[in-house]
Amino acid sequence: MKEDLVLPAPRESAAGGPGEPLLVAEGLTKHFPVKGGFPIRRTVGHVQAVDGIDLTVHSGESFGLVGESGCGKSTTGRLITRLLEPTGGKILYKGQDITHAKRKGLAPIRSEIQMIFQDPYSSLNPRQTVGKIISGPMEINGIDPAGGREKRVRELLEIVGLNPEHYNRFPHEFSGGQRQRIGVARALALEPKLIVADEPVSALDVSIQAQVVNLLQKVQKELGIAFLFIAHDLAVVRHFSQRVAVMYLGKVIEVGDRDSIYTRPRHPYTHALLSAVPEVTLTDEEGGTRERIRLAGDVPSPINPPSGCRFRTRCWKAQDKCASEVPPLVRIDGNRDGHLTACHFPEEPTIEARGQDVVLDPALAALEKPDKD
Amino acid sequence: MWLRFKRDRTGVICAWVVLGYFLIAALAPVIAKLYGKNPYTLYGQDPEYATDNPVLDDFGLPLGYFGGVTGEHWFGVEPQFGRDVFTMLLYGMRTSLYMALGVTTLLMVTGVLVGLVGGYFGGRTDYFLGRFTDFFLSFPQQLFFIAFMPVVTSFFVDPRDETPTYFRALAILIVLWLLGWMGMARLVRSTVLSLREREFVEAAKVAGASPWRIIRKEILPNVVSPILIQFTYLLPSTILSIAFLSFAGVGFVEPTPDWGRMFATGAKVAEQDPAFMFFPGVALVVFVLCFNLLGDSVRDALDPKSGR
Repeated sequence: MKEDLVLPAPRESAAGGPGEPLLVAEGLTKHFPVKGGFPIRRTVGHVQAVDGIDLTVHSGESFGLVGESGCGKSTTGRLITRLLEPTGGKILYKGQDITHAKRKGLAPIRSEIQMIFQDPYSSLNPRQTVGKIISGPMEINGIDPAGGREKRVRELLEIVGLNPEHYNRFPHEFSGGQRQRIGVARALALEPKLIVADEPVSALDVSIQAQVVNLLQKVQKELGIAFLFIAHDLAVVRHFSQRVAVMYLGKVIEVGDRDSIYTRPRHPYTHALLSAVPEVTLTDEEGGTRERIRLAGDVPSPINPPSGCRFRTRCWKAQDKCASEVPPLVRIDGNRDGHLTACHFPEEPTIEARGQDVVLDPALAALEKPDKD
Repeated sequence: MWLRFKRDRTGVICAWVVLGYFLIAALAPVIAKLYGKNPYTLYGQDPEYATDNPVLDDFGLPLGYFGGVTGEHWFGVEPQFGRDVFTMLLYGMRTSLYMALGVTTLLMVTGVLVGLVGGYFGGRTDYFLGRFTDFFLSFPQQLFFIAFMPVVTSFFVDPRDETPTYFRALAILIVLWLLGWMGMARLVRSTVLSLREREFVEAAKVAGASPWRIIRKEILPNVVSPILIQFTYLLPSTILSIAFLSFAGVGFVEPTPDWGRMFATGAKVAEQDPAFMFFPGVALVVFVLCFNLLGDSVRDALDPKSGR
């Protein structure tokens, strides 16, 4: 077991090429009922947090899930770890349907799908020692590693870069980054095949983010664990993930390998998202500035999403067809294999300067006009 | 936590005082034996005793100063009957303290159970348990204490018979328990509600923990400090409630020695013999004060972030 963990040579599946599909989500849907009305409370609507998404995570690969706040990324993660009950669709783990499995039925799979949480301050029980926190999952699943659980916990602490002497300390004695490492160690305790990382670094400060991301990357490469990496930080996802899916308002709008998404995006929303990443270049340098796309307004309400393409209300290319037809998630001409886009009028596959900013917000546009002239 | 508590001098002193009270109460018969008196003998009317050492004058008031304080009767004697105040207080404390301990423990267990279940499972369970709690809260407590005592007693004992003392104790226990657990339940529920949403509970779920294990291992340790603090506030107030019941005449009756009943007697004879109230009063004030201060210290010691 120990050899397994400290093995520096990557496993075959982690070497690069995706292995067999580990987790498949088909048309995964989660609607939260909205209650209201007087005097009898009844369901008056549904928040369509996740609405029919298809995902495939291959074993040993790192799959990134990006999108702005409130687009359903975290809900997706929670559905896959079965913290939430899906409203519709299917989750297949190694071909086994776990969509509506009960706690007992999930027991054998529990140890293979683990989760790393966003907030390291609330994900560790303040009344338990580090040793207890990390050995908890082993205890629940009745795993007795050779040499005892305590030895194994010390090993895990070492793997995540903490001092094994910290075994008997309490979480409040650690910094945010160290706490997140404890969270990683807990997820690793069961030797999972898939880790759902729900914005694991967004609560940390930037210098610590890099450490934790590198730790996760090391863990992923060395142990061959597949990751579903949920984040809103595009740079982190680019650094960490081999394949990336972009979500908007409960739908996957574009999915593909890292290079396709970051250098040859097709969906207008992906373009907008990428152009929002700040760049460190001097403005007077040759060809320095990239065009920016500034979207108008807010994300529409997921209770009553727009018909057809959900992005159409903020899209500068929207036409009548976008309102009437839901664009299917398909491979568009000029895309590489496995790069799927859900758009009727895709953008050019480039991130080169467009020559002109797309400013959809009228107020912003008015502000910028005098500058330009 | 223990170290933090030991650094708090008020807390340590109060803890010793409270411990002393419980010890004295537990050892009441031993002390009374060494002292040579008991709380049931009517020293003022006992012909054998009264002829040698008269303790009461012709009006039934204690002879001597300050309620008849002498070498024989350290805290004086009771007017009219001439019972020994010191032993009455010892035995009275024993009755009150251990009754209160029993009642408070029952309250805690019920409250914690109801609160944990309601808070953790939420939804419909929480709704019904919440309304149930509200229902009990809506009773005017003090009135119902008085009104229910005879009712509960008559449920089990024929009114024509004399109610045995143990049953009076049981009735007090039942009434105080039925009308007292709600505060605890609400406190625990609200704490659990906020804990349930924390990510470490989800982490336990992801690991496959059963609800019972989550309640026991993840949530309960986090509500221990509010429970303990509430306990230290609840116990003195329960003592006061029991004393109140006896004072109002529905708790313990003659000749059972009881703290509350001593106040009732004291109030009756306050004009003729004000000293009678002095010793039980001081004892009660010191005890309640110390227990409350102890509660404060425990709270400070249990909160790891209080930064002391």
